[in-house]
Amino acid sequence: MSQVAVEAPPKGGFSFDLCRRNGMLSKKGVPPPSYRKTGTTIVGLIFQDGVILGADTRATEGPIVCDKNCEKIHYMAPNIYCCGAGTAADTEAVTDMVSSQLQLHRYHTGRESRVVTALTLLKSHLFKYQGHVQAALVLGGVDANGPHLHTIYPHGSTDTLPFATMGSGSLAAMSVFESKYREGLTKEEGIKLVCEAICSGIFNDLGSGSNVDVCVITKRFY
Amino acid sequence: MTKQQANWSPYDNNGGSCVAIAGADYCVMAADTRMSSGYNILTREYSKICKLADKAVMASSGFQADVNALQKQLAAKHLTYQHQHNKQMSCPAMAQLLSNTLYYKRFFPYYAFNVLGGLDSEGKGCVFTYDAVGSYERVGYSSQGSGSTLIMPFLDNQLKSPSPLLLPAQDAVTPLSESEAVDLVKTVFASATERDIYTGDKLEIVVLNAGGIHREYMELRKD
Repeated sequence: MSQVAVEAPPKGGFSFDLCRRNGMLSKKGVPPPSYRKTGTTIVGLIFQDGVILGADTRATEGPIVCDKNCEKIHYMAPNIYCCGAGTAADTEAVTDMVSSQLQLHRYHTGRESRVVTALTLLKSHLFKYQGHVQAALVLGGVDANGPHLHTIYPHGSTDTLPFATMGSGSLAAMSVFESKYREGLTKEEGIKLVCEAICSGIFNDLGSGSNVDVCVITKRFY
Repeated sequence: MTKQQANWSPYDNNGGSCVAIAGADYCVMAADTRMSSGYNILTREYSKICKLADKAVMASSGFQADVNALQKQLAAKHLTYQHQHNKQMSCPAMAQLLSNTLYYKRFFPYYAFNVLGGLDSEGKGCVFTYDAVGSYERVGYSSQGSGSTLIMPFLDNQLKSPSPLLLPAQDAVTPLSESEAVDLVKTVFASATERDIYTGDKLEIVVLNAGGIHREYMELRKD
């Protein structure tokens, strides 16, 4: 004798109900819908007065360029910016969400946001979704403890580095950084090096292209 | 127990796009010179255009190792023909030969997407377009390769051929002049380069007319 079960309230997060249907469809040969990825080159480096972030501006859907001039450097806080590679919707959503959370936190504490706060919020969100949110990020900013640069991987692991690259063009860009980076770069040298690294990605990686966006975040001297 | 899938493929796609346009007394062939594999560029200066006979030129995109093997086969068969008939093969004859050569490997195909262009025995431009296993058709213009989905609709818009089923039979060749056709091809590739990541670097244009074969190059975006 079957009993009518009480409907549990929806728990939020991803619902995997349609996975079985999708598996059946792909076995029948129906291709899954594609989503827009930013096959990308994003970089960051620490120079003597702060952090410089760089990104290319091409967004691709498979082999086709769907946006020739998209913005991959996202605002997190007045002193913190984040470059995003991976699925465009995921990088937008996760950086917008954490940016809002940081603002609420600023209202609550009355202080300037810290980079480690953004880092912890991002990594815990990505870990909670076990890599299904495909966002690979380069987070950089300057706060009361100085300049910081971090990389965040889709599964939620992070690294703290003096220079970093992510995306399909990361190897091309990293080869430039590994040859030419040194500590204590000036702002002009840093911008030039970031541009060279992104250009290396633009010309040698087919997933990156078009223009170079640069974001310089400097320490306040007072 | 699900069916075992192969974990290695004998094919690779080296990308790139090819175009051919037939005119009243000329034929324009063009292809980009980028050779790639996945997200990497293997070389920026690879020619996809091959002269098979005095009046027949083939442009092929797809898997370049298979393209090279195909070109070698056709060159050998052409040489035999020349020994037996004491003359070069005409473009329609070469078209049939290419179709047969491709179908010969129906069950392990050449991963080559070809357009054959040249002048027929009357001196008029002719273009033949193929699929990977040899199905072909004489047309007024065609494109193949990774950028063909971007290029073909534009060519249809500019050059739309009358249907070959119409009576009386109408000319498929375009009324454009040779320089107008070359300009059209340059525009087409500049646009395809913007939106297709596998197309770019340099454009190679080959023009066949009564005066012979003429080659020129144009720079394209390298990103």
